[in-house]
Amino acid sequence: MSLTSPFDEVWGLSKGEAPREGFEPLARWFEETPASELTRRQQAAEAAFRSLGITFNVYGDEEAAERIIPFDIIPRVFSAKEWDNLSAGLEQRVRAINAFVEDCYGARRIIADGVVPADIVLGNSQFCIPAVGASPPHGIYAHIAGIDLIRTGPDEFFVLEDNARTPSGVSYMLENREAMLRLCPELFDLFPVRPVDAYPELLRDTLQSVAPPGSREPRCVLLTPGHHNSAFYEHSFLANNAGIELVEGRDLEVDDDIVWMRTIDGRVRVDVIYRRIDDAFLDPLVFRPDSMLGVTGIMAAYMAGNVTLVNAPGTGIADDKAIYSYMPDIVRYYTGEEAKLPNVETWRCREPQALQYTLDNLEKLVVKLVDGSGGYGMLVGPTASKAEIETFRAALKAEPARYIAQPTLALSTVPTITDKGIAPRHVDFRPFVLTGANGVTTVPGGLTRVALREGSLVVNSSQGGGTKDSFILAPEGGLS
Amino acid sequence: MTMLSRTASNLYWIGRYMERAEFTTRLIEATIRLGSLSAHAESEQAWKSALAVVGAAGLSEGAGESFSAFTARRYLALSEGNTSSIRSCLFIARENARAARNVLTREVWEAINRAWLTIRDRTSPGGTQSTLNLVEDLKSVTRGFEGAIARMLRTEAYWFMRLGSMVERGDNTARLLDVKYYLLLPRGQQVGGALDRDQWQTLLQIVSGQTAYRLIYRQALKPWLVADLLVYRPELPRSLRAAADETVTLLSEFGSRSGRQGPADRLARRRLSRLEAGTVDDLMAVGLHETLQDYIDENATLDRAIAQQFRFP
Repeated sequence: MSLTSPFDEVWGLSKGEAPREGFEPLARWFEETPASELTRRQQAAEAAFRSLGITFNVYGDEEAAERIIPFDIIPRVFSAKEWDNLSAGLEQRVRAINAFVEDCYGARRIIADGVVPADIVLGNSQFCIPAVGASPPHGIYAHIAGIDLIRTGPDEFFVLEDNARTPSGVSYMLENREAMLRLCPELFDLFPVRPVDAYPELLRDTLQSVAPPGSREPRCVLLTPGHHNSAFYEHSFLANNAGIELVEGRDLEVDDDIVWMRTIDGRVRVDVIYRRIDDAFLDPLVFRPDSMLGVTGIMAAYMAGNVTLVNAPGTGIADDKAIYSYMPDIVRYYTGEEAKLPNVETWRCREPQALQYTLDNLEKLVVKLVDGSGGYGMLVGPTASKAEIETFRAALKAEPARYIAQPTLALSTVPTITDKGIAPRHVDFRPFVLTGANGVTTVPGGLTRVALREGSLVVNSSQGGGTKDSFILAPEGGLS
Repeated sequence: MTMLSRTASNLYWIGRYMERAEFTTRLIEATIRLGSLSAHAESEQAWKSALAVVGAAGLSEGAGESFSAFTARRYLALSEGNTSSIRSCLFIARENARAARNVLTREVWEAINRAWLTIRDRTSPGGTQSTLNLVEDLKSVTRGFEGAIARMLRTEAYWFMRLGSMVERGDNTARLLDVKYYLLLPRGQQVGGALDRDQWQTLLQIVSGQTAYRLIYRQALKPWLVADLLVYRPELPRSLRAAADETVTLLSEFGSRSGRQGPADRLARRRLSRLEAGTVDDLMAVGLHETLQDYIDENATLDRAIAQQFRFP
């Protein structure tokens, strides 16, 4: 199925007739470079990723236990002006998310003021009861946020999802750039591309800035579930480049509400933990008792203020898609401004009218679990079979509050190398926003994910998606 | 930054398993060569002794599939049931490398990953020529690994990997020499006869010692001189003495950084001074087999002392 002429990042709405203003050099580049040369470079990039071990695991897929994410060497380009608008919107949104999460675990003003219903927060499966009353340094909960953006037209950008738990993918932003610099250096002569390589340092500064008060030379670590986790490459890459220790749960111990790590010289105190494991596995005393990944007693150390957890436990409520639907209200409530980045129109199936509308229009809508991620548990109506639609209909009727519905949007496309030559493929974009004691920062870049199957709108790597480099141009650049 | 105990143990085991993979590769190569020089029965004997070196003598008498050069090659190179097959060694080394990824250089990780990819999809050792091709590939990737770690910073990560290599190397050389003396010599063969000479050559080839022998002794192959070379000569990198030497040096690197020493340091120094003072006459007096067995046992004690001293999990 293909939607009526989606917006193309290079060709606009011209259907390949004429590039958008400023995109002429890029169009000339991929049209004039011989196809065999483009393919050769792409293969060289993928070979390099494989030998670096930049792989991810697909859950439930034994055969492909370690796959590399396909990489496409035609970049996606944002003009300086586009980026200015996006980054202002991102920073506003992340400020609001942090204020909202802090409020939910503290005074709950937003509920008292009737802006967001109480049950949608307090009854949320992501609401972390043991974190109620926490006071993390500077009131920051979502230190690292990945905001998924989509585009449907020249000036139409929308937030599709907020990822405030443990967003992944930033290593691809960095490694894709490395590959592009090596394989397509001429593109960097054509465009004034802003560098992304400061991210690891910014990450380290952010972590250090949120250390518990009084810790001099705070020791920061990255807590990984281990090397069998799908994102382990990223964990080790970030720890290495940020110059912090990469630890597993078994490397840490808690003694008298203080966290220590076991080293060859004895134990060493830990101040900040960038944890890449979910809340549920963090501490077997408080959450899942069968967790082998976490650290016994770490929540007590956190609540005592002796260690900072990044992101703080409980930020998952901001990822919830039912709460997402209130984000314009949440932004207005905490910042006093209208949201600069709009949401995608969303029907909350917990509301009877919205449920009825959804049931009546299933074949047109995208239906998602409020707490789903990774492209699992969603229905894309226009491409679904009759049977799939009926399965979803039954599920919706049984537990409407677990779902939201959105229109099927014509995601923008970017020219992409395919078996049949260069063809448009749908993309989304995940920039990464850091919040520390010194404010909110967005590195000029992000992860562009591309749905490699023709017409497909599902960009998740676990569902056959690939990635592209994302160029953000410097203001004096060729694009307006 | 001080190193995690778990990471230290990952690095140590990378060193041990990469060394073991390389040793087994050389063992296979030399055994193929020996087999090609001799009659069928003797070739089979060569494979049996190769299995004895890796502690799998029982395999040749085991039930199930009948023993052959092919099954021996497959067991040594590829068997998943054999935790010391080259395939298993490279798998375990890579698992440890993945876990310790952030303290490895890109180059070291790539070398280990490449080594694993070389053997990952092999299901059969194929014919002799096919095995030899695999051996060539494996030698090249393990050389790549040695080169990559030689270019690392001289800090904990390097020291732990080398320490693992040295402990493993001593063990491998001792086993090799022990088997040669006590299991290899077929009854009825004249000592110094043609087969015997081939076997000595084979042994030297495994430890890259053929040229070394010629340079150092400048005379025909003599069993006791081969023993001298493999046990006492500091010039030969795969000798027990050289491995013991580097073990002491590596441990003292940690000591001079942390200002502390432990049981592993003392054990390693004691072993080295004994090897420094020893001569071939001592070997003859005590018995080579006894000396080598003592070395293997002491090496295992040292391995445990290292694990304790650095708090391996």
